[in-house]
Amino acid sequence: MQQSNTYIITFSVILTVVLGLLLSGTSQVLGPLQKEAIALDNKKQILGAVISGEEIAAMTPQQVNEYYSNRIASVVVDITGKEVTERDGVAVTAETVDIAKNYKKPAEERLYPVYIFHAEGSPESAENYILPLYGAGLWDAIWGYVALETDMNTVGGITLAHAGETPGLGARITEPGVQERYEGKTIYNESGELVAVEMQKGEGKDYSGDPHQVDGMSGATITAKGVNNMLKNYLGYYEAYIENKKSSSSVATL
Amino acid sequence: MSAETIEKKPAEALLSKRRKKLVSDPLIDDNPVTIQVLGICSALAVTTQMKPTLVMAIAVIFVIVMSNFLISLMRNTIPSRVRIIVQLAVVATLVTLVNEVLKAFAYDMYKELSVFVGLIITNCIVMGRLEAFALGNKPYDSILDGFGSALGYSWIILTVAFFRELLGSGAVFGIPIYDYVSSLFGPDFQLATNGLMVSPVGAFMVLGLLIWVQRTKTGYVEH
Repeated sequence: MQQSNTYIITFSVILTVVLGLLLSGTSQVLGPLQKEAIALDNKKQILGAVISGEEIAAMTPQQVNEYYSNRIASVVVDITGKEVTERDGVAVTAETVDIAKNYKKPAEERLYPVYIFHAEGSPESAENYILPLYGAGLWDAIWGYVALETDMNTVGGITLAHAGETPGLGARITEPGVQERYEGKTIYNESGELVAVEMQKGEGKDYSGDPHQVDGMSGATITAKGVNNMLKNYLGYYEAYIENKKSSSSVATL
Repeated sequence: MSAETIEKKPAEALLSKRRKKLVSDPLIDDNPVTIQVLGICSALAVTTQMKPTLVMAIAVIFVIVMSNFLISLMRNTIPSRVRIIVQLAVVATLVTLVNEVLKAFAYDMYKELSVFVGLIITNCIVMGRLEAFALGNKPYDSILDGFGSALGYSWIILTVAFFRELLGSGAVFGIPIYDYVSSLFGPDFQLATNGLMVSPVGAFMVLGLLIWVQRTKTGYVEH
């Protein structure tokens, strides 16, 4: 009887339904918790562009949320640098913009969130402008956040993350030692063109004299190229916003 | 069903000698990693640090014990022609559960381990125990057997991780041992870490040495 086709099919169907229900039930129950965890991780990444990883690691989730709401203000802009508050009748906030989903749209239609790191309690005195990045590595997506100083030229810090780069090679973009190389570099050259910062091929050279180049990762040239493209593209998308801020800040200092 | 069969033979103690052997055999004499050379893939991949390795070990223990238990419960109803698919479905479900729980409660670990947790499905130890033991034995025995095999796997990967993290990163469970030891010898003294240990090559070497030491002790020879 156990070998009959009917028995096998019935058994398989029952097993599939039971296991399927179990899995979807778990997903339903844990879903909100997972969303929270992802949102928290996102905040950590954003903060990672301006404060050190150890500092973040030492914070409890509650402290991270508190720190984030005290120190980060956000706006959403479009490709022309204009602020967007609603799209298609739905209110837009930076936290609800899914960079990965926007990446699939043409650059002109995307929404571009900007996270403004400011002194506690005074959103007007910005310290850093944090811009999201998204692009392709060697195997899968890479993303991150770059923090610009108020001169809108100097890189204050960067966080990079990846979905599936090779451990020990491309995956090293998540290491503080690699990300620190970007600090203090500038994205505009002397003639005022946006050149971003390029990670070089090979590793171990000293690029401290060059404001637009950083040391590469040995064995991860294609990931590095992905990072370079991502950085250049996204700084390009934000160029209108950056120019706006630049002119307004130079007016303010005059 | 299982309760009835155990009641029929009340002679066997809850932890009889035979049952203790089910747990203790896979630890040394019949270790799944060092003797049967199963589950090597994950033993190489996750063992750069102690903390993710511990999480991985716990996940593997959970998956093996639970799948052994469930398959053993169903052993008389599973049609033998589709038994591998049934085993896979059960194991995959358990692995997905582990992944979901990690995602909700330990997101940092999830980011680091989710690829490898997913690969528990292909860990030969799991399917091996289901085929070799759970399909033909009672649930309680199967739990013990699964627990033994999983422990055998766990202590090996934890040992490998201990040496890899200590020699490669100068730390144990993230505690910087090297920095502390160096500070005892004055400011100019600094113990150097070995980058080789962080790469999979280091895992091969540690694991190879471990197998050598263990087989020398147990006198096991491959034929």
